[in-house]
Amino acid sequence: MTKLGQWLCGLALLGSAWAALALAPPGLRLPAPYRQALLPLPVYLLVAFGCYSLATVGYRLATFNDCEEAAAELQEQILTARADLRRRGLRF
Amino acid sequence: MAAGGADKFSVLLPTYNERENLPLVVWLLARTFQESGNNFEIIIIDDGSPDGTQEIAEQLEKIYGSDKIVMREIISVLFSSGTAYIHGMKHATGNFVVIMDADLSHHPKFIPEFIRKQKEGNFDIVSGTRYKGNGGVYGWDLKRKLISRGANFITQVLLRPGASDLTGSFRLYRKEVLQKLMEKCVSKGYVFQMEMIVRARQLGYTIGEVPISFVDRVYGESKLGGNEIVSFLKGLLTLFATT
Repeated sequence: MTKLGQWLCGLALLGSAWAALALAPPGLRLPAPYRQALLPLPVYLLVAFGCYSLATVGYRLATFNDCEEAAAELQEQILTARADLRRRGLRF
Repeated sequence: MAAGGADKFSVLLPTYNERENLPLVVWLLARTFQESGNNFEIIIIDDGSPDGTQEIAEQLEKIYGSDKIVMREIISVLFSSGTAYIHGMKHATGNFVVIMDADLSHHPKFIPEFIRKQKEGNFDIVSGTRYKGNGGVYGWDLKRKLISRGANFITQVLLRPGASDLTGSFRLYRKEVLQKLMEKCVSKGYVFQMEMIVRARQLGYTIGEVPISFVDRVYGESKLGGNEIVSFLKGLLTLFATT
């Protein structure tokens, strides 16, 4: 199954569970407080996911390593390399 | 058993206008492999560069020997990575293949770490990651980093690939694994690298990771614009819907 397929199945499952519980016909209803909590749940989850996403990307952005030493080391090695290659006969 | 045993490592270097960087990359590769004692060869696949890249490659072949440097040219306009690898692999005589960029953003010093990691877990693929451990980048401003982390986050959510850095192109593959994946992958550019990992997972190949540092552009211009982002998203959604 493709990832899209998995998402659609998951959403269909959760969606129908939510619809069944939150929008049930009068005979099969849960007590009112439960239904009131369930009804806006999808929106809450979406917002929660949005916050999680922002927090995660923000954290990862802040902790993105800057490789200062790698750059410095590379610059040194470039000089060594050029000198050595010139010695070996490379015409740049 | 001597260091490296019977393994031979073929490094594929697709190049376009890398006259400045190519000798430096080759020098670093040669030194790295000589120090680690592994048998190697470097395969340069040039896309008809007008700046004399091929001429420099031929000089390098003379200096290092044509068993170590193999120059192959394709005349096509803006080949994709995939085409370059396919061409390159035809000439590869190693049992492991390293793919990397020829512009000094990837440093050959990580290759022995890839090799060590591969042996440690008997992995089919070892992928360099900028996002874990002490991996990182140099030369990126905040905007670039944000785009990178944001894109990676979306990719992780949608594809759950089991690897932290999907668009990275510094990897070690078993040769037969790379060949198998090349047959199956159809995308281009960044998405091609992503597709390789996704398909590898589908086929049950094992993937190890090694933190690497990515040093952006010592010489030359970089290539990330609005077009790239759009085609990345299109490619990502295609992978999402088809794998």
